[in-house]
Amino acid sequence: MPDTTLSALAAQLAGKQISSRELAQQYLDRIAALNSSINAFITVDAEKTLAEAAAADALIAAGNAGPLTGVPIAHKDIFCTDGWLTTCGSKMLHNFVAPYDAHVIQRFKAAGMPSLGKTNMDEFAMGSSNETSHFGPVKNPWNPAYVPGGSSGGAAACVAARMAPAATGTDTGGSIRQPAALCGITGLKPTYGLVSRYGMIAFASSLDQAGPMAPSAEDCALLLNVMTGFDPKDSTSLEREKEDYARNLDQPLTGLRVGLPREFFAEGLNNEVAAAVETAVAELKKLGATTVEISLTNSKLAIPVYYVLAPAEASSNLSRFDGVRYGYRAPDYASLDDMYCKTRAQGFGAEVKRRILIGAYVLSHGYYDAYYLQAQKIRRLIADDFNEAFKVCDVILGPTAPGTAFKLGEKSDDPVEMYLNDLYTIPANLAGLPGMSLPCGLDSKGLPIGLQLVGNYFSEAKMLNVAHQYQRATDWHARAPEGLK
Amino acid sequence: MKWETVIGLEVHTQLATKSKIFSGSSTAFGAAPNTQASAVDIALPGVLPVLNKGAVECAIKFGLAIGANLNRINVFDRKNYFYPDLPKGYQISQLAKPIVEGGALKIVVDGAEKTVNLTRAHMEEDAGKSLHEDFHGMTGIDLNRAGTPLLEIVSEPEMRSSAEAVAYARALHTLVTWIGICDGNMQEGSFRVDANVSVRPVGQKEFGTRREIKNLNSFKFLQQAIDYEVRWQIETLEDGGRIEQATVLFDPDTGETRMMRSKEDAHDYRYFPDPDLLPVKLDEPWIEAVRAALPELPAAMQARFQNDYGVSVYDAAVLTGSRALADYFEAAAQACGQGKLAANWVMGELSAALNKAELDIAQSPVSATQLGTLIARIQDGTLSGKLAKQVFEGLWEGAGEVDAIIEARGLKQMSDSGELEKIVDEVLAANPKSVEEFRAGKEKAFNALVGQVMKASRGKANPAQVNELLKSKLQ
Amino acid sequence: MRQALSPDDVKRIARLARIETSDAEAQATQAQLNTIFDLIATMQAVDTRGIAPMAHAQEVYQRLRDDAVTETDRHAAFQAIAPAVENGLYLVPKVIE
Repeated sequence: MPDTTLSALAAQLAGKQISSRELAQQYLDRIAALNSSINAFITVDAEKTLAEAAAADALIAAGNAGPLTGVPIAHKDIFCTDGWLTTCGSKMLHNFVAPYDAHVIQRFKAAGMPSLGKTNMDEFAMGSSNETSHFGPVKNPWNPAYVPGGSSGGAAACVAARMAPAATGTDTGGSIRQPAALCGITGLKPTYGLVSRYGMIAFASSLDQAGPMAPSAEDCALLLNVMTGFDPKDSTSLEREKEDYARNLDQPLTGLRVGLPREFFAEGLNNEVAAAVETAVAELKKLGATTVEISLTNSKLAIPVYYVLAPAEASSNLSRFDGVRYGYRAPDYASLDDMYCKTRAQGFGAEVKRRILIGAYVLSHGYYDAYYLQAQKIRRLIADDFNEAFKVCDVILGPTAPGTAFKLGEKSDDPVEMYLNDLYTIPANLAGLPGMSLPCGLDSKGLPIGLQLVGNYFSEAKMLNVAHQYQRATDWHARAPEGLK
Repeated sequence: MKWETVIGLEVHTQLATKSKIFSGSSTAFGAAPNTQASAVDIALPGVLPVLNKGAVECAIKFGLAIGANLNRINVFDRKNYFYPDLPKGYQISQLAKPIVEGGALKIVVDGAEKTVNLTRAHMEEDAGKSLHEDFHGMTGIDLNRAGTPLLEIVSEPEMRSSAEAVAYARALHTLVTWIGICDGNMQEGSFRVDANVSVRPVGQKEFGTRREIKNLNSFKFLQQAIDYEVRWQIETLEDGGRIEQATVLFDPDTGETRMMRSKEDAHDYRYFPDPDLLPVKLDEPWIEAVRAALPELPAAMQARFQNDYGVSVYDAAVLTGSRALADYFEAAAQACGQGKLAANWVMGELSAALNKAELDIAQSPVSATQLGTLIARIQDGTLSGKLAKQVFEGLWEGAGEVDAIIEARGLKQMSDSGELEKIVDEVLAANPKSVEEFRAGKEKAFNALVGQVMKASRGKANPAQVNELLKSKLQ
Repeated sequence: MRQALSPDDVKRIARLARIETSDAEAQATQAQLNTIFDLIATMQAVDTRGIAPMAHAQEVYQRLRDDAVTETDRHAAFQAIAPAVENGLYLVPKVIE
């Protein structure tokens, strides 16, 4: 499987050097060869994929192709996909064949991009290592003893292993950026409201946002062009004029002001990660950027705030999984109440149950003000910090995660240790700001290091410009794990 | 000990929108199970709510109609609990910032007016239905009703008797149907009443512990349920017992209330603002447009009827019992120029006939113009009251217009004085005994002679004219 | 200072969330939840007087949908994936009112 960009694949398809069917088949072959060791996909359905590819070929032949028509893509198993098993990584939905398409899926279908399958993920997107999946952990393609990150672990791993040229992910507290960092690919979480959440199984509604995951920033820009857009079925979808996220890719970085939050370079950051990020900053300076130290004082509160708000919303969002209308129902029960309690005890995994309990507790009588309301107030303080920062810089830069990939099982018994992985990614979700991760090095164990950019609202094109210029000057994003057959 | 009853009502009105509050499903009643339950209504994973503008407009209308405060920014919250007819595991409702706060409704009880203040009214979604007939020991769930828009209207605990509670519920029912936000069909559950009832010794300031009677779907049941509940609470207290806060159901068969078994564990609804919905903003041009389109309201119409047509407080309240009735009355009154007479006919002859035939005013076989013409014929002396009733019967049977019926059936009052004089002379000649008695000072004998003349004229003589003629002949 | 969750608290919230939890599970969960609530407790000392709670990322208002029926009957497709249905109804163990 050659390393290739989406624009190169699109050019080959347009030039009839390869058909969409042939291309899809190549990726299906690689999935067939690698998935048993990586476990990146929960569902692969070659017949459906090839049928969609054939339809794309027909579009190309008829001269009705769009920019990415015929390029296949893998979808996180959080997106409802008509006729496809859609599990959200949970036993609760182990048998749920979605009867409708998520808005994001509709957009990729309309763009003529065949689906390669549904990627593995932490159960209901709750996790940072992809170990909470009911369908088993995903292995990091750089070293299968290590986790790929989460929750979009299957998406990141399949792109890193070149089992798919691109993938969709979702990000509630870092679920696109952290696995992108740990797998050495590029991933972007857009401004909240740019991508419709309709059909994306909800974790924390006010934080969830879908985005692209691919080797390069340029790829992500092209995918973002497909994914974004107003959807009347999502009340939080923003009505904005359509923009071309690739339009600024080639602009020079002269005069770019890069904000470096001192809190993101403080205690807890792995030395090798710090060094790689500092090298990247030096690279950007060479490209004409200047740096300014900034402070995001309240960002240290992001984790506690997040672990109140996200579980609160999740506890309510996950109440619909009750064994009545779809999904898992416990086999034996004595009464209606018993059916609810057993279905939910058996259908949900430990981490999901933990978060439901946290959420039910912080919303319960007598605790609401002290937990939920207090967290919402600090959420505003965190967002205000960003507003201040963007008065003196164009983009904020720091590490994506405090370290590189950790070993499978290393943190799975310690929830708090696991939660700290999202220390640098959560603030952008709370503020609703766009954030992205791009590869900026390898550590001494040969594991990828991720660099995070956080931009102001709707500044995706600017961030992609910075990332693309960095990727033109470096080749970290072009590296793929060796030794995968 | 003397006891005082304290009642507050919570009324769930289904809003008369075509589609559901958060989805594009039909709200039509009576469809086959789950055929009007869309992906949003059955809460498939990933679906999201989008608010129906029509539902918000209904709430604005209501707020304006009761003179309430409309919260320019109002917010939807989630009320979390598990129940199989609640597909999401939460109901989308409004807790902290409802769309309507305050306002008042005038009621008339025993001819006296009273004002009942409202606490609030908020938008929310209805639940589905549990069908308890036996499916192998299981319950069947129909989600067609899930997501139907409701306006929950909460009164202050200001009613002091079941009669006041019923008058309030009726006035509210009139208002919501009047302004067209609810079809008012109580059998189909479009207007459901919960009554919070407590008692306290007369003179005590604090409220007693209340019990909530759920889901009363007729005014009769409302009255019966409250009366039973009040008796039960007083007896319990007088026997030295205590009232525990509880939710109860009314059984129309036994006429008693009983505790709901499923509500045994204390609810903790974990309300929080729904993150899938944004704050709702009501802008002034919208509110003003809704205000401009509101019809004249019952209270204003009652005052005007008293003023313009000289009808009593009681009659004005009855005549504005529905918009159709009020419109009928006004059209009839204008057609004859006789407000009081029109009121008597509408509330008397017409209402009796409609009740007997189980017809609604809108289905009346006699039109308002016809009734007005009939009354005009009484006024101009063409018809006596008795003849008028015969003409009314003709109208009811569809025998044609007023004058045609009078003509065809020969119901005209006798206006030819020569003809009448002839009848009077004959009657006087045939009843010498009555004439003698009258001359001897017996007033009763005069009435007997009037009756004889009327009889001989087959009711067509004008009684006033008969009186006059008899008197002159007997002098 | 924060009061630690007891196993009874865990049972109470598990009951609210309709998740069957044995006493042993409640014990284990209690310990884990307490470490998480220790983390959460760090935000409780922050002075937030006068700060408006932030519920949404963007300061926008609810968009309103025109009142029109746009959905069609899809109950056959929806019920094909249901655990138990009969005569178009979803079946659940007997509901007691």
